[in-house]
Amino acid sequence: MAGKYVPLSSLKPGNVARVRELTMGGNLRRRMLDLGLIRGTRIEVINRSPFGDPVAYSFRGALIALRSEEASGIIVEV
Amino acid sequence: MGLTNQSTGLGTLKELYEVELENQDDIIVGLAGNPNTGKSTVFNSLTGLKQHTGNWPGKTVTNAQGRYEHRGKGYVLVDLPGTYSLLSSSLEEEVARDFICFGNAHLIVVVTDATSLQRNLNLVLQILEITDKVVVCVNLMDEARRKKIRVNTKRLEEHLGVPVVGTSARNGIGLPELKDAVARMAAGEIAPRAKQIQYENPVEKAIDMVRAHTDKLGLGDLNSRWVSLRLIEGDAALMDTICKHMENHYGSRDEKIESMGEEINRARLMLGEEGLDQDGLRDSIVSSIVGTAEEIGRDTVYFADREYRKLDYRIDRILTSRAFGIPIMIALLGLIFWITIEGANYPSQLLSKGLFQIEEWLTRLFIKWGTPRWIHGMLILGVYRTLAWVVSVMLPPMAIFFPLFTLLEDLGYLPRIAFNLDSFFKRACAHGKQALTMCMGFGCNAAGIIACRIIDSPRERLIAILTNNFVPCNGRFPLLIALAGIFITGGSGTLKSVVSTLAVLGAVVLGVVITLVISRILSKTILKGLPSSFTLELPPYRRPQVGKILIRSFLDRTLFVLGRAVSVAAPAGLFIWLMANLSVEDVSLLDHGARFLDPFGKLLGMDGYIILAFILGLPANEIVIPIIIMSYMASGAIIELDSLDALRELLVANGWTWLTAVSTMLFSLNHFPCGTTLLTIHKETRSRKWTLLSFAIPTLTGIIVCFTVAQGVRLLGLV
Repeated sequence: MAGKYVPLSSLKPGNVARVRELTMGGNLRRRMLDLGLIRGTRIEVINRSPFGDPVAYSFRGALIALRSEEASGIIVEV
Repeated sequence: MGLTNQSTGLGTLKELYEVELENQDDIIVGLAGNPNTGKSTVFNSLTGLKQHTGNWPGKTVTNAQGRYEHRGKGYVLVDLPGTYSLLSSSLEEEVARDFICFGNAHLIVVVTDATSLQRNLNLVLQILEITDKVVVCVNLMDEARRKKIRVNTKRLEEHLGVPVVGTSARNGIGLPELKDAVARMAAGEIAPRAKQIQYENPVEKAIDMVRAHTDKLGLGDLNSRWVSLRLIEGDAALMDTICKHMENHYGSRDEKIESMGEEINRARLMLGEEGLDQDGLRDSIVSSIVGTAEEIGRDTVYFADREYRKLDYRIDRILTSRAFGIPIMIALLGLIFWITIEGANYPSQLLSKGLFQIEEWLTRLFIKWGTPRWIHGMLILGVYRTLAWVVSVMLPPMAIFFPLFTLLEDLGYLPRIAFNLDSFFKRACAHGKQALTMCMGFGCNAAGIIACRIIDSPRERLIAILTNNFVPCNGRFPLLIALAGIFITGGSGTLKSVVSTLAVLGAVVLGVVITLVISRILSKTILKGLPSSFTLELPPYRRPQVGKILIRSFLDRTLFVLGRAVSVAAPAGLFIWLMANLSVEDVSLLDHGARFLDPFGKLLGMDGYIILAFILGLPANEIVIPIIIMSYMASGAIIELDSLDALRELLVANGWTWLTAVSTMLFSLNHFPCGTTLLTIHKETRSRKWTLLSFAIPTLTGIIVCFTVAQGVRLLGLV
């Protein structure tokens, strides 16, 4: 499945994608990796918070809320 | 035993891991695990201690220790902070990692969540890299069964090479087996063959290069393979810790460390040539770990119902939706207040009638015995009456409010509150988890301050600490509820309780708004900075255990807070009585103080007695109302106080209007934290400056708010 590469933050609830790469570095990158966001991880957008940001994502069996700053650094393949 | 901050050279905020041994033969067991896996429940069930548990991540940041005996042997259990990994170098992770490495534990129990085992294996595998003295506890087996997830613990054991025990800690299931496994591991009856991660070839090659040196360092039980990899990664904190550790134990080892340093550089160069820079290396390492966890998970966990979280998601889509998220949140909080106010009214009256009946009997007894008047005054009118008020005003609302709030916590709703409100906190340049610490403040501000440790960024942690006091704690709710109940409302019956609910709710919402405004002001002035990154786990909703909640919240919270109130109120009652009855120039000391403060109080819509009560209430907010009552009773008409109506009469007789009540409520919401909280702030920040500011900021806010409201209302001629 060769799809488009877009930032995670551009997806809408219900969308499903796979992680392509992380653009952030340093400690933040470590955190994202520790959450299990490695290349190929399936990620589903569950819902937005009342004011649109953060957004809850489901991956590896957990529901994790990310702010748009973090989500925009995660490039996914749709 | 164990290492202190000094010996490991850890930062000032870290906990002291001084393990206290009752008996030199005690086995030290570290309890590790992801947040929200029921680790605290396992800890409590094993040790019989009552550490506060809740369904939200990051709750245990402080370490707790407890002891249990099993087959004649003592075990000291050390509860480590919950972490997803040991690689991110957040405060919690460093604390957990350093304990596992240098805490001299005989073994580590890793608690995992059966409902999301695969992700939990990430941490298990990382710990197995450090030590093979590990027992894995797969907890929440009952939750898993409910969600139709099956975990094959035997198979998992084969994969991991260490004992695996399935438990439902909250029902006590599997705990005897867990204790057995721990005992056998500690006694050396089990030969662990811990699973080692296979990394990519260049990484393995680099490890081998450096390992030739780390093997010679005399690292004791530490796995040299793991140490080598961390050093290649450039883990400065670990390097420091290792050096300090070695200096303590073997004296200086400069030479060996120097030649090791050169080899590390060579290994990094080699990795660079293979296309693995620092980030690339990290990706590769984590991918190998996560990949291994995925593989093991696939072979040991069976989902009969793949859609098991769909219901949770559906609930979340409503509870945190744009249209309903905030209204539902406020409505839930309102419902809790309403039930509390409505439900507490009657038992409060019963209690106060009963307690004042006892006062009468005691008085008669004192008269019969011919006890001097002043002794009766001190003990009965001073100590007893204050206690009676504290108990009858505080006990019923707390006994209702706490279980309800604990219920929300147990369900897993608190992280949703943080999720809902994060956008505001971001705009205030603060941390989203501040919403969680704020919620803890509803219980007790001191607890809220300690909870601020879940925030990594020092700037945002300070903001959370400085503003925690803006949400009313248990000690202040009774004042809010009582004053709202007797003053704000005109109507009767249901309408009355609805209006007072709205008043308390309004106070809380105002508290949150002030929190955000002050956070923003702090971010723009003395604590300048941008919001740091934040990830928040929204844990699965859990079926709450109603019976346990009732008992736990009553014993742990209600009686604790009441006990504290009573122990402060008794001497305070005596002190106030003395102040009210010792006179200088025919005016009591209390009146002197109140007269002095009166002009100031009037400016803020209150009077001198109320201000004095807040000042004297510094040790504990719970006694503010009793002090106000006592001052009025001691200096004015003596009224039999056997109901809230009588309280109303007393207050009105002393010149109270609805504005006085509103101002008092506002000042209660915005004034200096209680003594315990201030001490906690000092302990957490280790700074006089921040402690002083945490005193000054809410007080100034209160003065400004009360002054504005009082003068505004008077200008408009509303009173």
